[in-house]
Amino acid sequence: MNRKMKFAVISMMVVAVSACASAPKEIVQQEPEPVQEQIPAPVVTVPAPVAPVEQVIVQAAPTGPAAGSADHFKYVSGEDRVYFAYNSYDLSTTARDTLRRQAQWLGNYSTSILVIGGNADERGTREYNLALGARRADSVKAFLVSQGVAPARITTVSYGKERPIDGGSNESSWALNRNAHSAVLVGGEG
Amino acid sequence: MAQKTLKDWGRKWGYVVVVLFAVINLSSPAFAQLEIDITKGNAKATPVAIPDFLSAHPQTNQIARDMAKVISDDLERSGLFDVLDQALYIEKQTDINYQPRFSDWRLINARVLVSGRVVRESADRLKVEFRLWDIYGGKQLDGLRFATTPDNWRRIAHKISDAIYKRITGEGGYFDTRIVYIAENGPKVNRRKRLAIMDQDGANSQYLLAGADLVLTPRFSPSAQKITYLSWETGVSQVYLLDIETGRRELLGNFPNMTLAPRFSPDGKKLIFSMVKKGNSDVYVMDLTSKSTQRLTTNSGIDISPSFSPDGKRIVFTSDRGGSPQLYIMAANGANVKRISFGKGRYTAPNWSPRGDLIAFTKSTKGRFHIGVLNAKDGKGERLLTDSYLDEGPTWSPNGRVILFTRETRGAQGRSAVWSVDLTGANLRKVATPGSASDPAWSPILP
Repeated sequence: MNRKMKFAVISMMVVAVSACASAPKEIVQQEPEPVQEQIPAPVVTVPAPVAPVEQVIVQAAPTGPAAGSADHFKYVSGEDRVYFAYNSYDLSTTARDTLRRQAQWLGNYSTSILVIGGNADERGTREYNLALGARRADSVKAFLVSQGVAPARITTVSYGKERPIDGGSNESSWALNRNAHSAVLVGGEG
Repeated sequence: MAQKTLKDWGRKWGYVVVVLFAVINLSSPAFAQLEIDITKGNAKATPVAIPDFLSAHPQTNQIARDMAKVISDDLERSGLFDVLDQALYIEKQTDINYQPRFSDWRLINARVLVSGRVVRESADRLKVEFRLWDIYGGKQLDGLRFATTPDNWRRIAHKISDAIYKRITGEGGYFDTRIVYIAENGPKVNRRKRLAIMDQDGANSQYLLAGADLVLTPRFSPSAQKITYLSWETGVSQVYLLDIETGRRELLGNFPNMTLAPRFSPDGKKLIFSMVKKGNSDVYVMDLTSKSTQRLTTNSGIDISPSFSPDGKRIVFTSDRGGSPQLYIMAANGANVKRISFGKGRYTAPNWSPRGDLIAFTKSTKGRFHIGVLNAKDGKGERLLTDSYLDEGPTWSPNGRVILFTRETRGAQGRSAVWSVDLTGANLRKVATPGSASDPAWSPILP
């Protein structure tokens, strides 16, 4: 019951009580209560049986990024970043797998060029981390070149600890921020 | 920040300042008893009285009050002076050319009295006189007269602070200086970092470059007229030179590679920096006149953050050639490389003291960061001055007495600020900046 209704009911009760209070006293003559009749038993209605409904899972519409686009590069490679251990620029098995897919894509879209940005977590001083980021970017470049990508198509840059992707100060944030990012620039018709 | 142009700045600092050092009455140097020993950590602060300066013209009344305030703040921040509350002062001087009533000042336990006068010589010329009195010796310690444009009064105040500091401590001051730094805006994952400059006390802060959103590690030339810094304008990090007098900006060399970690040589004629080739950083030096470049390290480890000794003969730098980053010293031509840090932890960002005897550094160990110093001679005598989640990048005051550094707090809301600490580890305090700030570099005493 909302506030308004409550107020209305209480007002009516007040009116009723005051009416009683102000009305002259009368003798009430009571009729005897009527004899109760027997209530008939309810009639049960049986509903029609439930008709079966067939259910088929519809596949998601194929809305992947346009072939040859930068989004496509990430989609096909699975990741546009590879991640590193603390103070390390060694490529893990996972990183190598990602980079093989990146290299394959780069082989398919041979006019695209790549900028690799090396990044570090915040637990190092600024200049040292720039040097570390440069090492990480170069590790990725060297691996991609070993997979057949022409070195002239790859530029490296280090951002040190200046471009974190996670602002946290904990192990999982640091792990995300120790990475090398492959930014693909698509040139020509691919 | 004020919308001043770089040229205005240059004019103000470079051309307009006319400072006349007129010694009014330099008394004999028989006041050794007043000199305080600041080589110890807990030097007792000298009680100093600084009444508002006298003013003979309504237009200089405010400046006269503000000058006393700026000088008081300078001296207080040094941790070596205790500026007595003006409400305690008994004598009210009306003419600074007469001796004060020393007994009045002894009553409130002042050791020295600073009295000054501002004279408006014309609409665009201000004269300021000051005298420093030894209350117990009952004599004048120093007297100087300065002249400048009215809007430049803060510099005179800082010069007076320097004169007081020098007279009382026996060492050069550091108040008439500026700090170049990086002004930070925005969240950690999308932060703008812009080149800015301010007076040592946080006043007159302004941006130096429009449009560059990632600038790092600025450093002054010994003339205080040039700055070298790192910017990503070409896509990769590269070293730039900026003349703050003329506004002329120059990309250092035509290197196809990343360059970083620049610093001037003590004579300002060379620039030392690191260059990255095939992922590896090595130290190089460039002659700024001939532009000839010489490679100084050839190690396969990271060689970074070079800093010259004040005599220009040696260089300290960070290298991880031994497995973890440590400090090494070599001759200015790259010969005789020798490791000097041996403690547990990672040693980076060294900076050679202007006195030559110490090297400041950043040390990280057990998840904490420290600013520390060690002896340049043998790497011994390591002392850690600070401790926090992230302290880094020490820079020295021109007298080698105070260190500025960046302190960043942890987490996504983490912010950077500039802090200062005495060589002794005492007097740790946050430096006033208009917003978040990092990578401070202290100028020499201004010319």
